[in-house]
Amino acid sequence: MTNNVIIVGAGIIGAACARALAVAGVEVTVIDRGTVAGGTSAACEGNLLISDKGPGHELVLAQYASTLWKHTVAELAEQLGDTFPSVEYDPKGGLVVATTVTGAGPLLSFAAGQRGAGVDAWTIDADEARRLEPDLGPAVEAAVYYPEDAQVQPTIATEALMASARLHGARVLENTPVLGPIHDSAGALVGVRIPSGELRAGRVLVAAGPWSGQVANLLGVYLPVRPRRGELLVTTRMRHRIFHKVYDADYVGAVGSDDGALQTSSVVESTASGTVLIGSSRQQVGFDSSLRVDALSEIAAKAIRLFPFLADVAVMRSYGGFRPFMPDHLPVIGEDPRMPGLWHATGHEGAGIGLSLATAVLIRDLMLGIIPPIDASPYSASRASLAPHLVDVA
Amino acid sequence: MGPRLFPFGVDPIRPEPTTPLTIILDGVPVAGVAGQSVAGVILAGGTLGFRRTSVHGTPRGVFCGIGICYDCLVEVNGRRDVRACQRRATEGDVVTTQHDALPPGGAAA
Amino acid sequence: MNASNIQVLVIGAGPAGLAAARAARARGASVTLLDSSDQLGGQFWRHLPPERPSAEERMLHHGWATFRELSETLEADDGCQIFRGAQVWAIERSPERVDGTAVGLPGAVHVVVGEPDGVGRQRLALRPNAIVLATGAHDRTLPFPGWDLPGVFTGGAAQALAKGERLAVGRRVVVAGAGPFLLPVAAALATTGATVLGVFEANRAAALVRGWLPNPWELVGAANKGTELAGYLAGHLRHRIPYRLGRAVVAAHGSDRVESVTIASVAADWAPIPGTEQRIEVDAVCVSHGFTPRLELAIAAGCALTADRFVKVDDGQGTSVSSVFAAGEITGIGGVDLALAEGRVAGHVAAGGTASDRELRQDRRRRRTFRGFAARLEAAHGIRSGWPGMLTDGTIVCRCEEVSFSALCGAAESTGSRSLRSLKLSTRVGLGICQGRVCGRTVEELLGRRLVGGLGDGVTADRRPIAAPIRLGELAADPVADVATSGVDEFDQRNSESTRGPT
Ligand SMILES: Cc1cc2nc3c(=O)[nH]c(=O)nc-3n(C[C@H](O)[C@H](O)[C@H](O)COP(=O)(O)OP(=O)(O)OC[C@H]3O[C@@H](n4cnc5c(N)ncnc54)[C@H](O)[C@@H]3O)c2cc1C
Ligand SMILES: Cc1cc2nc3c(=O)[nH]c(=O)nc-3n(C[C@H](O)[C@H](O)[C@H](O)COP(=O)(O)OP(=O)(O)OC[C@H]3O[C@@H](n4cnc5c(N)ncnc54)[C@H](O)[C@@H]3O)c2cc1C
Ligand code: FES
Repeated sequence: MTNNVIIVGAGIIGAACARALAVAGVEVTVIDRGTVAGGTSAACEGNLLISDKGPGHELVLAQYASTLWKHTVAELAEQLGDTFPSVEYDPKGGLVVATTVTGAGPLLSFAAGQRGAGVDAWTIDADEARRLEPDLGPAVEAAVYYPEDAQVQPTIATEALMASARLHGARVLENTPVLGPIHDSAGALVGVRIPSGELRAGRVLVAAGPWSGQVANLLGVYLPVRPRRGELLVTTRMRHRIFHKVYDADYVGAVGSDDGALQTSSVVESTASGTVLIGSSRQQVGFDSSLRVDALSEIAAKAIRLFPFLADVAVMRSYGGFRPFMPDHLPVIGEDPRMPGLWHATGHEGAGIGLSLATAVLIRDLMLGIIPPIDASPYSASRASLAPHLVDVA
Repeated sequence: MGPRLFPFGVDPIRPEPTTPLTIILDGVPVAGVAGQSVAGVILAGGTLGFRRTSVHGTPRGVFCGIGICYDCLVEVNGRRDVRACQRRATEGDVVTTQHDALPPGGAAA
Repeated sequence: MNASNIQVLVIGAGPAGLAAARAARARGASVTLLDSSDQLGGQFWRHLPPERPSAEERMLHHGWATFRELSETLEADDGCQIFRGAQVWAIERSPERVDGTAVGLPGAVHVVVGEPDGVGRQRLALRPNAIVLATGAHDRTLPFPGWDLPGVFTGGAAQALAKGERLAVGRRVVVAGAGPFLLPVAAALATTGATVLGVFEANRAAALVRGWLPNPWELVGAANKGTELAGYLAGHLRHRIPYRLGRAVVAAHGSDRVESVTIASVAADWAPIPGTEQRIEVDAVCVSHGFTPRLELAIAAGCALTADRFVKVDDGQGTSVSSVFAAGEITGIGGVDLALAEGRVAGHVAAGGTASDRELRQDRRRRRTFRGFAARLEAAHGIRSGWPGMLTDGTIVCRCEEVSFSALCGAAESTGSRSLRSLKLSTRVGLGICQGRVCGRTVEELLGRRLVGGLGDGVTADRRPIAAPIRLGELAADPVADVATSGVDEFDQRNSESTRGPT
């Protein structure tokens, strides 16, 4: 098999994979119908979270990813130099607060389960929580501190990974949509059609975020990636008064849920520019990007419950994107058993920024035939939990 | 030198006498006229720069005058982020200039 | 639908909105007219507050009688409900077409009513049968070294403070930029007691002649405009204000406020010509290079735009979204008479009439005339491509986030990005509280010009789903759905002092 790959999608997943493969000497061509960092990776938050993941395969991937971020950020800074904007990596830690008595029990048992899986999760009392976050409101029924939670600026991280990939020889074609597959006589995928003609390679990796289902469809297979809309609020700049990532404990419930209806949970944190970012909603409304005031209202109300002083703070902007949702809540990483030459790195839902570096290592090792540092089979397209969803029912 | 209210005695539009009011800017009383904006009172009081920016700490004041640029933000009676050019001054308004330092290690663009 | 069952919501009470409200009422529709300001009149008829009655205020205005007639009639009309201090902060759109534009009437128009930037303002969610967008424009100022110093104003600021408060922004003032709007700005300053040291128009006589002369007879139709400009010019002569072509303010100087400016000759493309600099001591400088339409509500409603980025309208001022109409500066910069004519057509059609109705005959004709006039203004006074020649590395491009020209170029170069969204996020340009209103188009131009093939992500700086800041506490509160039962009317009366703000 030839040593070249086409990556469809120049979000953070495509960028991380392009970099890992290019560094390993693979000839990489990234194509995107828009631009680098023009999709979900520029319309999200940059949380690198451990705290929201219960024991299971996603947690394993996140734990592995968190071992990669620190030195990758240092490598990128060194390679790209001072003029490149900072990726704003900040291991600031997360504080999860149960604001209701009924929420306290589930939070504490969730944390206990996580500790069993090796997560640093410190149960602290309300006073300790207020020492970490002096402006917390009166409703603190239970609190858990997660020192491993960190963040990056996701757009800059995507640009930095892609810039580094380019320096290692990757080629990036923007404004280049995939139009269809090129198959060999045996039915293996050997390239894609693009507006200017054909692009051939030994492997095609789909990393098209929430549009991965569409791209897979164009290439001839069904993949159940669906968009799950999320909206966020950005406040005006203010004095620094929120020091960690602070979540309402109901965040944990919303992430794992299958419900398509509107759900919100409060995630509050300051950014490096002095604004406060408040997320977020989860809702399955297709690719409808229109503003939903009811969603914003709910997010606002929950944020005020955590930090009452926010009631007088002004929101200046909202934005949102589409999480690449998978029905069994795990990303798909690896070759598609149904079509030789077709690979996937997608379906990371609300954790694609954090999981990007780990995903890239798995893809690189699987493509190069090396045994990956963590077991890749739970994320395979042929895993049992995905099988019932691979039949196109729509 | 600087901004000033047109002395009403010489104004050809023949205004009726105005009603004075006073606001407190960073603890100092500033005299104005009923119906003026907070920005108008501050400007006529001789202060052009009444906010300090977050990155370079340089002074700012009124730029667009019509609520577009948000350069004139002040705190009025304890509420932040009020456009001084959009808010009418009322007697005794306590106006505080704003300066929001970036968080430690914050992005300096 | 019977016109009397139609509820028309008019957003913006400038010339276009007032005319629209009036025309919709004339057809029997019930009308809700709202504006974020506590006064009617918009930018053009900005006037003194009721606390400052003046016998001859009309001297400061053109068409003052028209304004008084429109506003007094609407205020006295029970079928027209007027909300002052009413900020539309969001419009929810109906489902999208594939091209991203909306199909039908938006979901709800979200408003907060109360003191400007207040806390605990009343929230309304309105669902009218038809909407007329008349949100106007604001002046556009290109960056130059020192433009962030206090004492540098837009022309609009000087105009607004002069008309609305009788305040001159300085004693020794220079007015510069481009366009006929510089003249009323200078006149307003001069009639408020300032000494205007000069008006500097960047375009040269040749451009002005090319723009004005191809169809001089059209000017006859635009008689009002002609008179107005003639009036300003006469005023200038009276006050002996020099009017210079082909010159620009290329820098403002001072430590914590402007103390002087550098004026230089500029080439036909506006690039400064080295060696022509001249320094003038001033205590204020007013700079405007044209106008930018306030498009955020139209975009939120899903309205399609024209290639030169105004709201696209048909003969009846209808936008691409059915039952949503647009009038005034958001459809093109053309001055007050065009705004009035478009407003009348929009209001009439929104209330169930058709564009070809007899009563609109005169308005259709005026609209044609003044649109021709507007096109020539743009040809004569439009921004030319050499203006970035004024920028130095350290010139602030984005005032809110203090992003310098070199920081912007550096990020574009080092990331190699062609995505406006990405470049905004990596430099913070346009991400501040004005949401790119001041720098958005400038940044698009600077980046688009530097990046081969232009920006590749189709993102524009005009999209602002949240059109004005809203406090989280207000956002968390439930809106009142029905104007009739909102109680805002009484609220408005009760708090008439505190709901007032001089937009
Ligand atoms: C509101 C919100 C908040 C979030 N918060 C976090 C968080 O805090 N932490 C975290 O880890 N994750 C978060 N996420 C999730 C994260 O953003 C995503 O998982 C991640 O960005 C996905 O990256 P991607 O590269 O797979 O997709 P994208 O960034 O969407 O990239 C896909 C690319 O594919 C391209 N493409 C699509 N179709 C085609 C085609 N036919 N041909 C060519 N190219 C095509 C697109 O143009 C796009 O550039 C959040 C998401 C949202 C919506
Ligand atoms: C500061 C300024 C001064 C001007 N002076 C002159 C002049 O002297 N001579 C001249 O020929 N032209 C002048 N112009 C040009 C002027 O814009 C037009 O001639 C005319 O006023 C346009 O009328 P309009 O109705 O389209 O818009 P405008 O008069 O601008 O009215 C729009 C109204 O919509 C309101 N609005 C906008 N968004 C919202 C929202 N989200 N919620 C609620 N309300 C909203 C605004 O408060 C405003 O009152 C000036 C423009 C500006 C910006
Ligand atoms: S001066 Fe621009 S918003 Fe007040």
